[in-house]
Amino acid sequence: MITVSLEIQILFAFLLFLIGLLGLLVRRNIIFMLLSIEVMFNSAGLVFVLASSRWGQTDGEIMFIFILAVAAAEVSVGLALILQMYHHYKTLDADAMNKLKD
Amino acid sequence: MNVIFYIAAIVAILSTIMAISNKNAIHALLYLIVSLLAISIVFFILGAPFIAALEVIIYAGAIMVLFIFVIMMLNIGLEEELEKKWLTPKMWIIPSILAVILLIIFIYALKSFSAQASGHVISPKQVGISLFTTYLIPVEISAILLLAGITGAYHLGKQKKKVIHRFLIKK
Repeated sequence: MITVSLEIQILFAFLLFLIGLLGLLVRRNIIFMLLSIEVMFNSAGLVFVLASSRWGQTDGEIMFIFILAVAAAEVSVGLALILQMYHHYKTLDADAMNKLKD
Repeated sequence: MNVIFYIAAIVAILSTIMAISNKNAIHALLYLIVSLLAISIVFFILGAPFIAALEVIIYAGAIMVLFIFVIMMLNIGLEEELEKKWLTPKMWIIPSILAVILLIIFIYALKSFSAQASGHVISPKQVGISLFTTYLIPVEISAILLLAGITGAYHLGKQKKKVIHRFLIKK
């Protein structure tokens, strides 16, 4: 069985979350922003599974299943919104949707 | 076993970095699939075989296929020059500094925390029993959420016909 300390495991999940956050901040292509949100969802679920493995309880894994359901719903609606955005603006630039501003 | 964990973790982090910084959307998705498979290996090593299978089936299987469908529908590829224009190195500086600050704070916080990993294997049977007894109401709520997601995606994905009043049509 694995004997890596829990700190290292949580550090791994946090690194994944940071990479997702970095992608969300840097990219302007809206598909990549959605992709980064997926990475962040996944790392949050990873922490739940780590905790569930640490204490031998099933609750964390069940939370991961719920996170999976939420991610699936979010992605389907988000991709439909991206299709509509591309249909209206003919670009994937997230900054193109600033019509409320001016 | 520890070596496998470290290798899978490094592969996951590197391929996620590649996925985030890639200019081509399809290549980024393929990198992300590699990352998800590596995370699934980590789940398997941690003693969660059911979650590892779900990760491959739902994330790497279903959600990534949704992304690929949308990218194919939008027919991207011509956008690469635009992407090059958007993705200048100086855009990375400030977010990277913020991320590194967060990382330092997190490592500092981890110093005061010590817990030994004690791997428990959780069988799919335990997960299923817990899912349909203790967590029955959340399961039904998530079913309603998925129904709302389907309805919303169908409604938003429809190409609406533009209705213009006959006096407004330019001739």
